Amino acid sequence: MKILSYFPSAVILALLLTACGKRSTPGSTLLNVSYDPTREFYADVNAAFAKQWQSSHGRALSIEQSHGGSGKQARAVIDGLEADVVTLALAGDIDEIARQTKLLPGDWQSRLPDHSAPYTSTIVLVVRKGNPKGIKDWGDLVKEGVKVITPNPKTSGGARWNYLAAWAWASKQFGGDQAQILAYMTRLFKNVPVLGTGARDSTSTFAQQGNGDVLLAWENEAYLIGREFPGLSEIIYPSLSILAEPPVAVVDANAAKHGSSEAARAYLEFLYTDEGQTLAAKHFYRPRKPEIAALAASRLPELQMVTVDADFGGWVKAQATHFNDGGSFDQVIKP
Amino acid sequence: MHHRSSTTESAPVRWLLIGLALLALSLFLLLPLLAVFVEALRRGTDVFCAALVSPSALSAVRLTLTAAAVSVPLNTVFGLAAAWAVTKHQFRGRALLLSLIDLPFAVSPVIAGLVWVLLFGAKGWFGPWLADHDIRIIFELPGIILATVFVTFPFVARELIPLMEAQGNDQELAAVTLGASGWQMFRRITLPNIKWGLLYGVLLCNARAMGEFGAVSVVSGHIRGKTNTLPLHIEVLYNEYQFSAAFACATLLGLLALLTLGLKSAVEQFTHQRASGRI
Repeated sequence: MKILSYFPSAVILALLLTACGKRSTPGSTLLNVSYDPTREFYADVNAAFAKQWQSSHGRALSIEQSHGGSGKQARAVIDGLEADVVTLALAGDIDEIARQTKLLPGDWQSRLPDHSAPYTSTIVLVVRKGNPKGIKDWGDLVKEGVKVITPNPKTSGGARWNYLAAWAWASKQFGGDQAQILAYMTRLFKNVPVLGTGARDSTSTFAQQGNGDVLLAWENEAYLIGREFPGLSEIIYPSLSILAEPPVAVVDANAAKHGSSEAARAYLEFLYTDEGQTLAAKHFYRPRKPEIAALAASRLPELQMVTVDADFGGWVKAQATHFNDGGSFDQVIKP
Repeated sequence: MHHRSSTTESAPVRWLLIGLALLALSLFLLLPLLAVFVEALRRGTDVFCAALVSPSALSAVRLTLTAAAVSVPLNTVFGLAAAWAVTKHQFRGRALLLSLIDLPFAVSPVIAGLVWVLLFGAKGWFGPWLADHDIRIIFELPGIILATVFVTFPFVARELIPLMEAQGNDQELAAVTLGASGWQMFRRITLPNIKWGLLYGVLLCNARAMGEFGAVSVVSGHIRGKTNTLPLHIEVLYNEYQFSAAFACATLLGLLALLTLGLKSAVEQFTHQRASGRI
C-alpha cells in the first residue's frame, strides 16, 4: 500500500527536523522582539542598520522581527524565545525578564543613555473626522454616549500608558482625591465597550471596523491611522498626557550564545544616532536628540506631560498599585 | 393504495425549511468565502500576486507545508494503531483510551499550545535540560509540529473507529485461521477495507494541520519569515493594515479548503458507488 511506504521516510524526516534546530553562522542574524506599533519603524531601522553594518564590517546581517503585545512578548522571551535585543513598550516588561531569568542584569536600564529609551512617545485622543462628539480633553470621555476604545491594561503596554495618562489628568483635576479619581476612571471604563488585547487590535476596532468615538492611542499609532485611513480621524492633544519611554535592551545571554553581542549593542546604539533618530521622527516617535526633535516639533507639538518615575513612583510601584490583581484597575472594572 | 410521501409536512413547510437551510448556508459559509476572494482582489491582481510571492509569504507557505508533511503521516500511523487497538481488541482501559483520543477535540487550542510551553519552555519542566544540550523546541519548527500533531491527533482515529467497529473482525479471524501472518492480514484484509475511510481522515487531518491557528500561535514566537505559518502570517499582514495582502494569503487557505472538500466528496462518491455495486 502506497501510504505505508512513506511512513518510514516521514518518521525519518520528522526526526531530522527535530534534531536540527536551525543553526546559522554566529553573528549573522539578530532577533529583535518588539511590541505592536513599532512594525513600520523597525522595518526601516533594520534596513538602514544592515546597510551600515555591511559597509563597516564587510559582512551581511539579517535582522528578524517579532511583534505582539508588550507583556506577551516579554513572556515569550522568558519562556525561551531567543531574542538578541528586546524593544518593548515599557521598562516594567524588561524588568520582568531580568527578574525571572538570568538573561540580562537587573541594572539594564542604566547601560544606554536616557534610561535606555532612545525615543519617546505620548498618549493622544483620536476622534472621528470633524470631532462630532466635541471631545477636547480627558473630561469629555466620561460624557453620556461617548464610546471609548482602549486595549486591556492587563495584556497591553500601550493600554497601561493610556490608563496612567487618564489617571494623571484626573489626579490633577480632583486635587489628588482618590475617591473622585476612582469614580472618574470607573465612569471612563463604563464607556469602553470592548477591551482589545493590544494596541493594534484596538486600532483595527476603531479604524477598520468603525467602532467607538474616541481611541486612546500612542501618538505614533494615531499618525499611522491618519496615513492608512485618510479622512477618517483627527488627533486631539489633551491638556495633560504622559511621557512614554519605550525602552530597549540587549538580552546578554542570548546574544552571547549567538555570537552577536557586538552587533546587538551596535544595533541599539544606532537608534541614538542622527540616522536612527531621524527614522524615529519619520515614524512619529519623539526623538531624544534636541536638534532632530526641533525638526519634528511642527508635527509633534509641545505638551504638558507627567512621567511614571516622578508621578507614579516608577513602574514597579505603578504596576503593583494599578495593574496587578487587586490593583486600582480591578476596582475600576468591577461590575 | 396511493403513494405515500416519505415526509408528513405539507409542501409550503418543506419549502420554508429548505429555504431557511439554504439561507443559513449561504450566509454563514458561502458569503464569508466569497468575501475573502473579493477582498483579496480588491486592489488588483498585481497586489494579489505580490502578496503571494513575497519572501515572508513563501516562508510561511513552506513552514505550513513542512508542519503538515510531518504531522499528517505521524497522525496517520497513530490513528491507525489506535483505531486497531480499540476496535479489534477488548482490554482494560479501553474506554479511557477512547476518551484520551478525543482530548485534543475537547481542550482549547490555547491550552494545546501552552502545555508545550509548560513542558519545553525555558522555565518549563524540561527547559533547563534542553537549554544545556542546546536543543530548541518552543519557538522553533519542532514546537510548531508538536502543537499541530496534538491538535490534529483525533482526526484519523475518529474516522476509522466507527468504520472498523462496524466491520467487526470476522474477516481478520478467517485470515488468521487460514495461516496469514499479522502483516499479511493487515495488508490484505484490514487496509483494503478501511482505505477510503483512512483517506477521508487523512484529508481532514491535513486541512486542520494547515489551518491551525491558536495552538501554533502560542508556540511560534511570531518571527517574520521564520516561524510564522500561513494562518499566523495572515494575522500579521492584517495587523499591518495590508488587508488585500492578508486576504490574498487567506485565499490560499480557502483554496486548500475547497480542494480538500472536492477530494472528500470524490472519495465519498467512490465509496458509495463501490458499496452500491457490491449489493
